[in-house]
Amino acid sequence: MAILKVENLNKNFGKIRAIQKVSFEAPEGKVLSLLGPSGCGKTTTLRCIAGFENPDDGKIYLDNRDITNIPPEKRGIGMVFQNYALWPHMTVYGNLAFGLQIREISKEEINKRIKKVLEIVQLSGYEDRFPRQLSGGQQQRIAMARALVFEPEIMLLDEPLSNLDAKLREEMRFEFTEMQKKLGITAVYVTHDQAEALVISDKIVILDQGKIIQSGTPKEIYAHPINKFVAGFIAISSFMEGEIDSFIPEEKKVIIKTNDGLIIHGYNNNLSLGQKVAVTIRTNVIKFVEEKELDLQEKINIFRGKIIQASYLGNTIDYRIKIGRWEVRTNSDAKYNFRVGEEVFFYLPPEEIVITSLI
Amino acid sequence: MPKNWIIKTIEIIIFIIFLFFLLVPLLSTIIWSIALRWYWPNTFPQEIGLDYWLQALGMIKSLTLGAVNVIPAFLLSLGIAIIVVLLTMSIAIPAGYALAKLRIPKFLKGLILILFLLPRAFPQQPVFINLMLVFNKIGLTGTVGGVILVHLVVSIVYAVWITTSTFSSIPPELEEAARSVGASRIRSFLKITLPLSAPGLIASAVFVFLTSMDEFTGTFFIGIPFVTTLPMTLYSASGSNIQFASVIAILLLVPSILFMIIIQKFLKAEYLGGMGG
Ligand SMILES: Nc1ncnc2c1ncn2[C@@H]1O[C@H](COP(=O)(O)OP(=O)(O)OP(=O)(O)O)[C@@H](O)[C@H]1O
Ligand SMILES: [Mg+2]
Repeated sequence: MAILKVENLNKNFGKIRAIQKVSFEAPEGKVLSLLGPSGCGKTTTLRCIAGFENPDDGKIYLDNRDITNIPPEKRGIGMVFQNYALWPHMTVYGNLAFGLQIREISKEEINKRIKKVLEIVQLSGYEDRFPRQLSGGQQQRIAMARALVFEPEIMLLDEPLSNLDAKLREEMRFEFTEMQKKLGITAVYVTHDQAEALVISDKIVILDQGKIIQSGTPKEIYAHPINKFVAGFIAISSFMEGEIDSFIPEEKKVIIKTNDGLIIHGYNNNLSLGQKVAVTIRTNVIKFVEEKELDLQEKINIFRGKIIQASYLGNTIDYRIKIGRWEVRTNSDAKYNFRVGEEVFFYLPPEEIVITSLI
Repeated sequence: MPKNWIIKTIEIIIFIIFLFFLLVPLLSTIIWSIALRWYWPNTFPQEIGLDYWLQALGMIKSLTLGAVNVIPAFLLSLGIAIIVVLLTMSIAIPAGYALAKLRIPKFLKGLILILFLLPRAFPQQPVFINLMLVFNKIGLTGTVGGVILVHLVVSIVYAVWITTSTFSSIPPELEEAARSVGASRIRSFLKITLPLSAPGLIASAVFVFLTSMDEFTGTFFIGIPFVTTLPMTLYSASGSNIQFASVIAILLLVPSILFMIIIQKFLKAEYLGGMGG
């Protein structure tokens, strides 16, 4: 267990600025996720920490020990690769024993540790299999076991679940979390899957084009995304854009006027008058209102739209609704059964929509 | 399944043609090597016997047959080939590894490859003649050392190419994974990359071995008059006596075939052992 600190990391590949001024601290015994779209520099960051890439600038500390210039084998960092990178010419036993043999640990101790780690990843008795005799999920677990068996101080994982099918991936998320909690190991976890990041992380660092955009707990980031990019990345959303028209100080509310004249009430106390903003509408916030109920409502944030697409998903229906010049998506209860082309009224609860600055 | 049937037939026909091209020359060589008397228009020799074999192998000495003894030449060729393999591979393995795995600037990579390629990029005779002139100055002509050097020059390009592509085909993560669990660069190479690239490296070594066993032109210019390898003996024998030439040709085939059989066994084991084949 250890604290990992990264300070002002820069790395260029020729003219490509892979990461710029990346700084964060991975808390002891917790999971920190690096989340971002493809090519944003997640792998590069991880490879710098592991020692496979020399940063052009910046420092990496493990428990206040500067490891920036230490070769990878001396860092004591376990790594799980995206394609597992199990050694095909060695059995599971050979794969797990390799790191221990280097440390000149006695054979009994090696056997004991391998037995233990295989129990942890629930693959006891698989010692004599070759990697190609394992399923994708099993290979993934052996890769995890190999990174754990020499008891590293921290563990790095580069999209470890991305090669698994959706169902197994979801299962493995929980297994990973459970295992990580049990061992209390510090982990840096790279993913481009926001759902995965939300489930497994204690802290999320969001990267875009090599720079950190926002970092915080999953709750913080989900509830208070710093800009439209983060809001769109952390959850499937639709957007309307406009500017701050006025404030209602006693309610801490802001009133937004969209480019096409719609008025939307929401909450955010970090914005200034006239600022360009994005209104983020997640798929679960739209409440349909029947025309006869309209009088009973507060009259704010009620909109009239037109269904332009409906996709039946079993117990829910996915609607695309046109409002003014905007198009929003909602995932609603199948009891609302609208036809394409039908006019609908709906309500956007001010506390559920997210107002962020545009950039 | 009429389609299958057609494909099968085509396969068989190709196989027969292949056998024809492979076996007919071999067969005629074998027949020639035991033909004591064989004149036109007979389909087969009128008289056969192992006399030329025994003479070539130094088991009998007969003045009527001539004085070719291939055993020393054979041993010389074998010895040279083995040394050439060792030397070439000990250059090709590090060079291939560096070209495949290290982050060498593109122009430097190109330069290195061109350097290896250069001796092969021109017509061979002038190159060897120039080499002979140089070797003459430093006293390497007519020595085994000079011949070894010339074989090395001939085979190094292919060896470096094969080793480079072999090392390139091994995912870098495998070595990185080894380093992340605590193995030094050298240990990662020896325990991970080297065993995984064994098939390619062995293929490369076989290629070098066969090239050296067969090499004629360079040996001719550098080696005369003292170094007579098997191909040189073959050449001088073929002028005078087709039976001796046939015997030598078959002898030249023996180590190659043996090598191939051993390698194939080894390759299979390697693949079964880990390559997932
Ligand atoms: N070895 C390299 N040489 C040149 N450019 C590189 C190299 N490695 C990464 N890059 C570039 O650096 C940038 C960041 O790459 P990186 O692999 O870190 O992205 P990533 O966030 O891991 O993406 P993904 O989700 O697709 O894996 C990209 O523009 C990439 O093309
Ligand atoms: Mg990546």
